[in-house]
Amino acid sequence: MKNDIQSEAYLRMLKIRGFEQAVKQLVTEGEVPGAVHSSIGQEAAIVGACMALADNDYISGTHRSHGHPIGKGAELKPLMAEILGKATGVCKGRGGSMHFTDTSVGSIGESAIVGGGIPIATGAALSAQVKGTGQVALTFFGDGASNEGVLAECLNMAAIWKLPVIFFCENNGYAAVTPAKNTHGQPDVARRADGYGIPGVIVDGQDFDAVYAATQQAVARARRGEGPTLIEAKTYRFDEHCVGLFINGAYRPAEEIAHFMNDRDPVTLYRSLLLNGDKSEGDLNDIEAVANGLIQEAVSFAKESAYPEPEEAFELVHANPISIRR
Amino acid sequence: MSETNTKRMTYLDALGLAQREELEGNPDTIIIGEDIALYAAGGAYGNTDASRIRSAPISECGFAGMAVGAAITGLRPIVDLTIANFIYLAADPIINQAARLRYMTGGQFKVPVTYRASMWHGQANAAQHSDRPYPMFMNIPGLKVVCPATPEDAKGLLKAAIRDDDPVIVFEDNDLWGKKGDVPLDTEFVVPIGKARTHREGSDVSIISVSGCLRHALKAADDLAKDGISADVIDLRTLLPLDNEAILGTLAKTGRVVIVDPAHRTMGAAAEIAAIIVEDGFDMLKKPVKRVVTPDVPIPFSPPMEAPLYPNPEKIAAAARELM
Repeated sequence: MKNDIQSEAYLRMLKIRGFEQAVKQLVTEGEVPGAVHSSIGQEAAIVGACMALADNDYISGTHRSHGHPIGKGAELKPLMAEILGKATGVCKGRGGSMHFTDTSVGSIGESAIVGGGIPIATGAALSAQVKGTGQVALTFFGDGASNEGVLAECLNMAAIWKLPVIFFCENNGYAAVTPAKNTHGQPDVARRADGYGIPGVIVDGQDFDAVYAATQQAVARARRGEGPTLIEAKTYRFDEHCVGLFINGAYRPAEEIAHFMNDRDPVTLYRSLLLNGDKSEGDLNDIEAVANGLIQEAVSFAKESAYPEPEEAFELVHANPISIRR
Repeated sequence: MSETNTKRMTYLDALGLAQREELEGNPDTIIIGEDIALYAAGGAYGNTDASRIRSAPISECGFAGMAVGAAITGLRPIVDLTIANFIYLAADPIINQAARLRYMTGGQFKVPVTYRASMWHGQANAAQHSDRPYPMFMNIPGLKVVCPATPEDAKGLLKAAIRDDDPVIVFEDNDLWGKKGDVPLDTEFVVPIGKARTHREGSDVSIISVSGCLRHALKAADDLAKDGISADVIDLRTLLPLDNEAILGTLAKTGRVVIVDPAHRTMGAAAEIAAIIVEDGFDMLKKPVKRVVTPDVPIPFSPPMEAPLYPNPEKIAAAARELM
């Protein structure tokens, strides 16, 4: 299916959208422990970046964690089970929503420390360079993380060592409930690339084709040994910072939200694009049915799976175990 | 072929030898740190390929975190943080990533990264260059923490740390850098993590030592012997995990314990060792536990203020005598 890039891209976007909708439903049913952060609205940015990578390339990400491994091709069932804290979860119930990791698709960790995934991917790129594997690493981070010092440190080290890494900013305009315009000296994160002598690229994050093309260029540059690229995808978060978060006071205008949901929905935009191309309504319905089926399966699997035993908390602390003091 | 010879060398040279052997012996081992290029030019890393020697900008958080990313993707990084106070700048990736990525991912990773931090103190460098920060890292499940006190242990523990599949912090005692001892030249020589070492057998009082306090403890034991007091001296060598068996073993021999720890009093390593003794060995105690530690003040610059703060042989011997 990956030979047909468009169908695969549409399927992956639908998987993210459907997964997040299912998670929100599970939250209302009281099935989800802890906080969840939805990627709805950011699907084209995520999938455009992931589809430009090879299966064994690395990605790291953020607390808004669900979309990235799905975009990279992860199986949904273990992810949904992890959301519910089940033993069959991708992280065996030890990570939860904010920390998806699925090494089988190159997902080496989402991090709930803002900016935390940036040095992880940069280090994975160092590994690839030292070992000469030809792999590249891509790190997703937000406009909020762009103000963490570790980004500056890693951009610089990646630049001086020409590491095969792509710094991919999903700028959704808000760090939790603080507008980026209040926290950024100038609005474009990508312009900071100049300070490190590397390319900085701004793309429309609601446009799969634009993101895919920009990331492909960055990947090619990285594989040629020419070093990192900073890509900034201007995107938008349709949901609140955190699902179910009660915000007392409006921090983003209702018209802005309506504009993005009605006119700038990446899934709707891509569907129209495909219909205007060589895909028929029937083709797209088939892909939508596949996505729905996978999501239903994932929800059933997660609900039917058992919780871990309390004693399992004492396992997997070390690779070379020591006696755990209780 | 196993090499049984030893060579007399300094603690610092023993650390350098351990590092060079591991870099030369395993192509997955890399070293990252500041000013590394100069040491490489001086031959410190032998014939190690240049791509595995990363002389980094002053970006501790960044390269300590990159080392985690490299470790989970197949390398075995050594991160030289130099002065131990700088570990605070790297604390986030060490604590939030290195220590718990294996656990948080359900065992999908191993994290074989080594952090070296040299504890400068007693040298008029003031409070931002004189910390002994190991107690705070003993409170982080997922880490291992070692504090070698002899050249032999410096080589053996650093090699064990580099070969370990978990994150290990090696807190070196900078006061020991120039001290000499016999060091095994066998490239397979390692000191197991988690094992204390008895340096002197005794029956009247136990001196449980941490890091460079060992030499003060041994000197105190000599002084005590002149008064007919027989001291059992152990060096814990590893602080996470603690060797409970050795702690309770020396207690069983003497029933009296002085713990010597260069960290500050409140929540130092000595506090946890004392808790183990009281919780698990109370019935063996003949007298209350004594701690010889550094008082709870920032380290001052001026030598007459700094020098008296740390444990020394006189304080250790005095504490032991109070128990007799």
